[in-house]
Amino acid sequence: MWKEFKKGIIKENPVLSALLGLCPTLAVTTTVKNGIGMGLATIFVLIGSNAVISLLARHIPSKVRIPSYIVIIATFVTIVDLLVQAFSPELNKSLGIFIPLIVVNCIVLGRAEAFAGRNRFLPSIMDALGMGLGFTLALFLLSSIREILGNGTFLGFHVLGNIPPILVFILPPGAFISLGFIIAAVSFLSAKRRNG
Amino acid sequence: MKDYLLIMISAIFINNVIFARFLGLCPYLGVSKKFSTAWGMGMAVTFVMTVSTAITFPLNRYILLPFHIEYMRTVMFILVIASLVQIVEIVLKKTSPSLHRSLGIYLPLITTNCAILGMALLAIKGEYSFFEAVFFAFSSALGFTLAILIFSGIRERLDFANVPENFKNVPIALITAALLAMSFMGFAGLVK
Repeated sequence: MWKEFKKGIIKENPVLSALLGLCPTLAVTTTVKNGIGMGLATIFVLIGSNAVISLLARHIPSKVRIPSYIVIIATFVTIVDLLVQAFSPELNKSLGIFIPLIVVNCIVLGRAEAFAGRNRFLPSIMDALGMGLGFTLALFLLSSIREILGNGTFLGFHVLGNIPPILVFILPPGAFISLGFIIAAVSFLSAKRRNG
Repeated sequence: MKDYLLIMISAIFINNVIFARFLGLCPYLGVSKKFSTAWGMGMAVTFVMTVSTAITFPLNRYILLPFHIEYMRTVMFILVIASLVQIVEIVLKKTSPSLHRSLGIYLPLITTNCAILGMALLAIKGEYSFFEAVFFAFSSALGFTLAILIFSGIRERLDFANVPENFKNVPIALITAALLAMSFMGFAGLVK
């Protein structure tokens, strides 16, 4: 059980090692707050869809399983969308269409197909929690880099002092550059680990 | 006519799907290793994006809005897009096997391409008329095609470049995309 939870955070991290869900990763990470908000929304959808799918998988004919999974995921996305609209209009404004777009986040459908569809209820929930946290961690990492370098703030607090921020990091090119360097660092660390 | 020109220039250069909106990155990084596959993907996206917006836009205006069931939008749109991709695949297979052979493998991938759903949602938010919305989707898809074609051309040459070990493949591709995005920012002043 613990293993299912742990694997998604570092070893099989959905963003850093499997390169899934790149669109939200790059688009919403202009501030740490947005990054964490997106991560939490995705965790909720992942847990909900993995839980329902693991319970229903035996009753869904395998030929129509993908469309069925998509409908289940879309239902949870609609719930999150409405919840965010109701409780945090500010977050809703800054995440924009990327909340409904959780439906087509490959991580969610990927976990449904690869894990929840063939495992029991509890392991599926642990898997969703691990993968969701791994996703949030990646978003947190990327958005910290971008907010600190690009805006000189962290969660809204000034941290850089008199050093002028590098504006490009909160603009689109900064997202690509930061993620490129993060993935290169991950590949460096894992190569180092393999070689002892 | 002026409106259409503005929509087109803004969708292709200024608010490019990839470089400004961050939609459709999976196929952008996934099938851009060769120029010919990038071309096929670009054509498939252009076709599906235009047709799906042409269907979802009236659905939203004449069914979801009059009955006040906007909350069904996500579920309905994704179902429409998924079944549309299936239908397109079946029709192409019967009527034009040569086109199916060149686009075929990309079509199933498109269902999970967030650019399609994203564009359907953006077309609704933009307060366009029907034809403007379809034209907006078409132009955005051209923007996607342009981006993926330039990118694949560069990536073909990257294969022969001497890239540091840890930057091989994805990291260098992302940094290339960053440089492209920077050059596209130069268009920002074109239309207010």
